[in-house]
Amino acid sequence: MNPKPQIIKVPEREEISPAAAPGVPAIEVHDLTVAYRTQPVLWDVDLALPEGKLIAIVGPNGAGKSTLLKAILGLVPAVTGWVQIFGETYAKRRSWVGYVPQRESVDWDFPTSALDVVTMGLYGRIGWLRRPSKHHRETALSCLDKVGMRDLAHRQISQLSGGQQQRVFLARALAQDARLYLMDEPFAGVDATTERAILTLLKDLRASGRTVVAVHHDLQTVAEYFDHVVLLNLRLVASGPISTTFNADNLQRTYGGKLTVLTQATEALLQKRPLESGGE
Amino acid sequence: MSPTLVILLVGSCVAASCALIGSFLVLRKMALLGDAISHAVLPGIVIAFLITGDRAALPMVLGAGALGVITVMLVELFNRSRRLKEDASIGVVFPALFSLGVILISRYAAQVDLDLDCVLYGEIAYAPWDTLTLGGTDLGPKALWVNGSVLLLVLLFVLIFFKELKISTFDAGLAASLGFSPVLIHYLLMSMVSVTVVGAFESVGAILVVAMLVVPPATAYLLTDRLGTMLGLAVGVGVASALGGYGLARAWDASIAGAMAMVAGLLFLAALLFSPSHGLLARLLQLWRMGRRLSGQLLLLHLRKEGEVVPVSTLERRFGWTAPRLRRVLSGLLRSGWVEREGEGLRLTPRGAEVLETTGRAQLAHKL
Amino acid sequence: MELTFTARNVLIGATLLGALGGTLGSFALLRRQSLLGDALAHAALPGVCIAYLITGTKSPLPLFAGALVAGLIGSLLILATVRWSRIKEDSAIGIVLSVFFGVGIVLLTFIQKLPAGNQSGLDKYLFGQAATLVEDDLKVMAVLGAVVVAFVVAFYKEFKLLSFDPGFGSSLGLPMRRLEVLLTLLLVVVVVVGLQTVGVVLIVATLITPAAAARQWTDRLGAMLLLSAGIGAASGAVGSLASASLSRLPTGPVIVLVSSSVLIVSLLLAPQRGILWARVRERQAAERIRRENLLKDLYLLGERKADWATALTWPHLMGVRGQTGRELSRSARPLIADGLAEQIGDTLRLTPAGRKEAEQVVRKHRIWEVYLNRRLELPSDHVHRDAEAMEHTLSELAVAELEEALGFPESDPHGSPIPPRRSQRAAS
Repeated sequence: MNPKPQIIKVPEREEISPAAAPGVPAIEVHDLTVAYRTQPVLWDVDLALPEGKLIAIVGPNGAGKSTLLKAILGLVPAVTGWVQIFGETYAKRRSWVGYVPQRESVDWDFPTSALDVVTMGLYGRIGWLRRPSKHHRETALSCLDKVGMRDLAHRQISQLSGGQQQRVFLARALAQDARLYLMDEPFAGVDATTERAILTLLKDLRASGRTVVAVHHDLQTVAEYFDHVVLLNLRLVASGPISTTFNADNLQRTYGGKLTVLTQATEALLQKRPLESGGE
Repeated sequence: MSPTLVILLVGSCVAASCALIGSFLVLRKMALLGDAISHAVLPGIVIAFLITGDRAALPMVLGAGALGVITVMLVELFNRSRRLKEDASIGVVFPALFSLGVILISRYAAQVDLDLDCVLYGEIAYAPWDTLTLGGTDLGPKALWVNGSVLLLVLLFVLIFFKELKISTFDAGLAASLGFSPVLIHYLLMSMVSVTVVGAFESVGAILVVAMLVVPPATAYLLTDRLGTMLGLAVGVGVASALGGYGLARAWDASIAGAMAMVAGLLFLAALLFSPSHGLLARLLQLWRMGRRLSGQLLLLHLRKEGEVVPVSTLERRFGWTAPRLRRVLSGLLRSGWVEREGEGLRLTPRGAEVLETTGRAQLAHKL
Repeated sequence: MELTFTARNVLIGATLLGALGGTLGSFALLRRQSLLGDALAHAALPGVCIAYLITGTKSPLPLFAGALVAGLIGSLLILATVRWSRIKEDSAIGIVLSVFFGVGIVLLTFIQKLPAGNQSGLDKYLFGQAATLVEDDLKVMAVLGAVVVAFVVAFYKEFKLLSFDPGFGSSLGLPMRRLEVLLTLLLVVVVVVGLQTVGVVLIVATLITPAAAARQWTDRLGAMLLLSAGIGAASGAVGSLASASLSRLPTGPVIVLVSSSVLIVSLLLAPQRGILWARVRERQAAERIRRENLLKDLYLLGERKADWATALTWPHLMGVRGQTGRELSRSARPLIADGLAEQIGDTLRLTPAGRKEAEQVVRKHRIWEVYLNRRLELPSDHVHRDAEAMEHTLSELAVAELEEALGFPESDPHGSPIPPRRSQRAAS
């Protein structure tokens, strides 16, 4: 138990130039339908997500949130649909996209260190038949630094706490130096300190002009953390800025009947919301 | 009894016992534990033989049963220590035990009849002549007695514990909360595996026992969703494999046990491809039909979204479909009168819009 | 030690195989595909037979090729079955394993009937008759082994990524499926190479047991690969030598027993993960808890009565925590030995040194209670029990930092005073 709050190093504000001509959305999805065997998992989804914002994807379990991310990344095949990243196909924009999968998707008992995992984010750049160089290691270390994990760089990953593991995943994504980050439940199951750290990181990413699309599990914090929201339940229910889109009506349509407690909570939340949406 | 009849009966008994027990192994995702046990019982058999000095069935069955339990306990021990995962635990335990058995045989039993070939792939053809004598009277083929008893035991086990087996297979937590220990059932099941295995050794040998334990139940699994039916089908497929295998072996003058495994495999392949409920072809058909239905629907949806006339040329790009596929979908929609041409483009007809409404509502109700 | 020609061949073959098996086995272990090797070994049999039937020779190369093709087909069938039907992976492995092997046995007996069918040459692929290894076999093994190692070195980081997080690898644009096929192919090669030496049943131990042993000693993949290869090679060498020097000891089983023993030793004794050390650590922790609890009890009883001179009776102390006389003695003995407590007849009391020590324990307990009460807002009647459960894990440094963060409280939620830190005491 460490009562001192973790200090996240604020990196020098390097802004990236806007990824594409103004007006081109970071992600554009049309008529996306994904089915597993005979069961539709995503149905006829149309989306246009703006650049430079923090965007949350919310919906009940099984709504297809992770599937949406994976479909954009081409990790699952789509029955139909058309995805563009900054105006081009994913294949052409691959180096602009970073992916943070769910923490449970790997076995953390694997014999490797935090630094090694972060270095994996550079494999696309290192190329075949070559070893990671000292420069690569330095880059990986600085990414760990940004998430406050530099001291634990050589720790075996099974000896890290859940929050620390999540931060390693984030550092790996940072190493990809992408313009668009797709994250699958980055805040799930982490302690309060880590949650604050991740939020600070996301805000820094936004400040430097990058875009983050994250599947988020906690309705209580959506309005506080994010600028835009995508409400999903097999179909797209609504998508847009928090102020206009995150309301009781849309939530009702997303979550169906099980919503009374939720509605009350969100009403209370919306009233307590700060005047500027998306936090400071 | 004619020798052929004896062989067929013995083969069927073995197949039936293995099918019944193996069904639970397959459902519990423990097929490989069965494989492991079938190898690991070797030292138990050898030790029983060394102690009693002859190849009497009962001591061997007991020895095998003991080793079966030991195997499961060791695997559990390694797995529970969390330093090895379950598959690795199996992979280190059974070869070690098997090696122990082989070494014991080589050093202490090599000159006697307990040879490795027989253990590994048995020889059912000798069954009719290997008879059981008790108090001077010839009671008939030993293999028949042994495997018949095993089958009886297995039947009793499955009948008595059917409910417990069923619940603990599909929901261990529920089983525990209902008061009976899933762990106990687990160990009982594994003991039955050991007993079945050793009974089958002499007929089909260690490695092919696995075929009888896994393949017919897997075949049945592809044909039905109900446990009782699955057990029955597994026995049926198993016996068919035994009978068919024997026939094939006679025709080709080849190993009977090997032929039985082959026939079991062929039956499995047939089910894999042609099962009406879970077979590959059925599934492909389903996917194709669904694809067609979905594609039409998606096109209609798109037209409704756009609102006006949509040029055909954009559709290909938007949907990521090949031109022939697009043409096929369109012709279907045009024929049904849900879509009409207008110049270079397409437009949704009122009837098409109506169809969309009704199906959309049905889907919405079904899904949410 | 004089080795016969055969024994020398077996030694070389077993060592080579051990090294290769350990290397590829590490990946199989980490990817939870330990038993795939078993299936591949069984599946290779029909390949060997068919190759023999086609070429009519027993030379190693075509037989290896046959085994390889069959193994590859087997692994593809397993993958396909799992992907396209409801059959689970373990059943798929079992099916391919037994059916392919059955087909192989049929072919074997068929070959037996042929006029030139000296199939005893093929038999060795089943049981591993290492004594039948000839120079040609060794050459093939060495070449194939070198190729396998070259691939592992070349694609090391990709294989690492494949084993750890294939989804992420795909998102980077790396061809994960093809890498998987490649790795499986390398596994098939090693399995086929090992068939002749250890036989079908024991191949899986050649792959998994050294890898599992190596895993206990290191947390780095690279080190694990090297160590696993080393353990495999050593087991192969020792096993083949033992089998050569003692009579009627078949090589394969002895090698397996050697590597299994290494595994057991590794599980027990390896520095971090070793089971024995874990037990020792547990026992030390339990002892420390007992010690601190008794110190605390003695202190609290003395503090309450403001009397440090009167010793407390055994039954009285037993009553505090509901301990038996034996349990209490066990806790008391180390305290007495360290001069922190003294036993007078049937009673026990703290020495002055013991009191200082106990003070620090109580300090830790009370600061922790304040934390639970204030920060986590646990009601004061709850904190005592929760504090008890967790306080023993706090170091002195942690306690000092906690104290600072809480603003140097004077007393705990029950109003009892918090003793000052040890070093400050000395100063005042």
